Amino acid sequence: MSAAATVGKRGRDQLPLVFPALMLFAFFVVPFGLMIAVSFFERVQGGFYVPVFTTANYARFLSLFFGEILLFSLALSALVSAICLTVGAPFTYLLTKLPRRRQVPWLVAMLAVLSLSEVIIGFAWSTLLSRTAGVSNLLAAIGLMDGPDAWSPSFGAVLAGMVYQALPYAVLVLYPSFSRLDPSLAEAARTLGASPARSFLTVILPAMRTTLIATFIIVFVFALGAYLLPQLLGRPQHWTLSVLITDQAIYQSNMPFAAAMAVFLVIASLLLVLLTTVLGHKGKPA
Amino acid sequence: MSERIFTRFFLFLVALFLAGPLVVIAGVSVNEKRSLTFPPEGFSFHWYAQIFTDAGWRGALTTSVLIALGAATLSVLIALPIAYVLWRRVSMVGRLIQTLGISPFVLPPVITALGALSFWATVGSYGAWYSVVISHAIFFTSLPLVTLSLGFSTIDREVTEAARTMGADERIILSTIVLPMIAPYIVSGFAFAFVLSLNEYIVAYMTVGFTMETVPIKIFNALRYGYTPTMASVSILFVGVAVAVFGLVARFGDLPRLLGAWSEGDET
Repeated sequence: MSAAATVGKRGRDQLPLVFPALMLFAFFVVPFGLMIAVSFFERVQGGFYVPVFTTANYARFLSLFFGEILLFSLALSALVSAICLTVGAPFTYLLTKLPRRRQVPWLVAMLAVLSLSEVIIGFAWSTLLSRTAGVSNLLAAIGLMDGPDAWSPSFGAVLAGMVYQALPYAVLVLYPSFSRLDPSLAEAARTLGASPARSFLTVILPAMRTTLIATFIIVFVFALGAYLLPQLLGRPQHWTLSVLITDQAIYQSNMPFAAAMAVFLVIASLLLVLLTTVLGHKGKPA
Repeated sequence: MSERIFTRFFLFLVALFLAGPLVVIAGVSVNEKRSLTFPPEGFSFHWYAQIFTDAGWRGALTTSVLIALGAATLSVLIALPIAYVLWRRVSMVGRLIQTLGISPFVLPPVITALGALSFWATVGSYGAWYSVVISHAIFFTSLPLVTLSLGFSTIDREVTEAARTMGADERIILSTIVLPMIAPYIVSGFAFAFVLSLNEYIVAYMTVGFTMETVPIKIFNALRYGYTPTMASVSILFVGVAVAVFGLVARFGDLPRLLGAWSEGDET
């Protein structure tokens, strides 16, 4: 076969890619580029924007207000991710030790909760924490509280809702690594006399260190994306960057500023994802 | 012994946490009167009937289902060629397009939503029904992409090699061996994209939020204007749909494997 024919055949092999490539280019790459362009455009009061170059939208980042929101978003996401990992790691470990048949209902439940709309999660938690239908009724009924109380909106409600949303994600990210974990590792620890809790803490967790760090970052980025829960379950001071972006784009009709914040969020997320890839490579034996 | 009790207790707490909010809205949804109380006062399935008898809710449900069907179909059509080409031969172009396919799902959803808003507003199709179908399809392409890549990896190369030796061309191999073997993975990829599209709020809101009402958009609007028990019943319906769909995927497929555990035979 001549070189030209080989190239031709190789080219034909790639032919099915034309449709996905066109779709992803037209409806992902172009919109993404457009958003970056809009972030440098000038806002028109009451209208959309005009294509006049300005960096004013980015200059607004330098305000105290923006700094506080950013710091709060990062701290909240880190807290959510830490809680999800603290609960999710032992949970996933125990889950993968169950027989396959008994794992299935848990996995179905995790997928179902993960796929739930943020609107539904927010509504469900605000009901659970409300005065008329909430758990405080239960506590009042058994005498632990004087009377039912409203627990939402509050920081605790935002935290609960976001952990609820992110926990199944954490479990499903951890699941492959834990289910492929060599069972002889735990057995060896047990033979040497370690208690199950001790072997989990001193043998399993250190062996999974890279996975755990990577999962922490992945769940962190996921939590950073929550756009409704802080709004539905919290007060204005609990708003995160994602909420602020939605608010600016829809209610304040300030697309350029929303786009600038979105670009910022992408860069922050990408840097974090990149970090997990680097860590992942480091974790592999050379 | 105490170890087993501890395990059970821990699993019970996680189950309680996951089920708690849903149990409360399930209880609220069977209230007899139009009140947000738990435990429910009286019992009635009236608010479930309301989803189908009330024109607004029925319309929102129909809209959501149609969008989800369209988006899931399109996302499979985008993912299938990528997974197929990469299975035949890993190429730089293939890898690049695969990365593009996965990116929207990894990034915060508000990014995809804002990109879609800028795009559809610029091309003048803001609010058109197909804008949300296409944007959802792009957003969820990563799901069939993951299940299909897994599906292709299960095909034994010796089988296709044997077919080739016996004189089958690529087209015949594709239709008689490859497609039947990956069919379950097409179905599960479609199912994942379908359920997620049904529940998706922000992309739908930023593309068609002012012209159409999907169920999540309608619940959100209802939340702002005051409570109706139909919000609770339709939420429970959505939970039911998700459990049914993933339950079926588990019933007819190997869910642990699909989610990344090794298959039963691999365990040593």
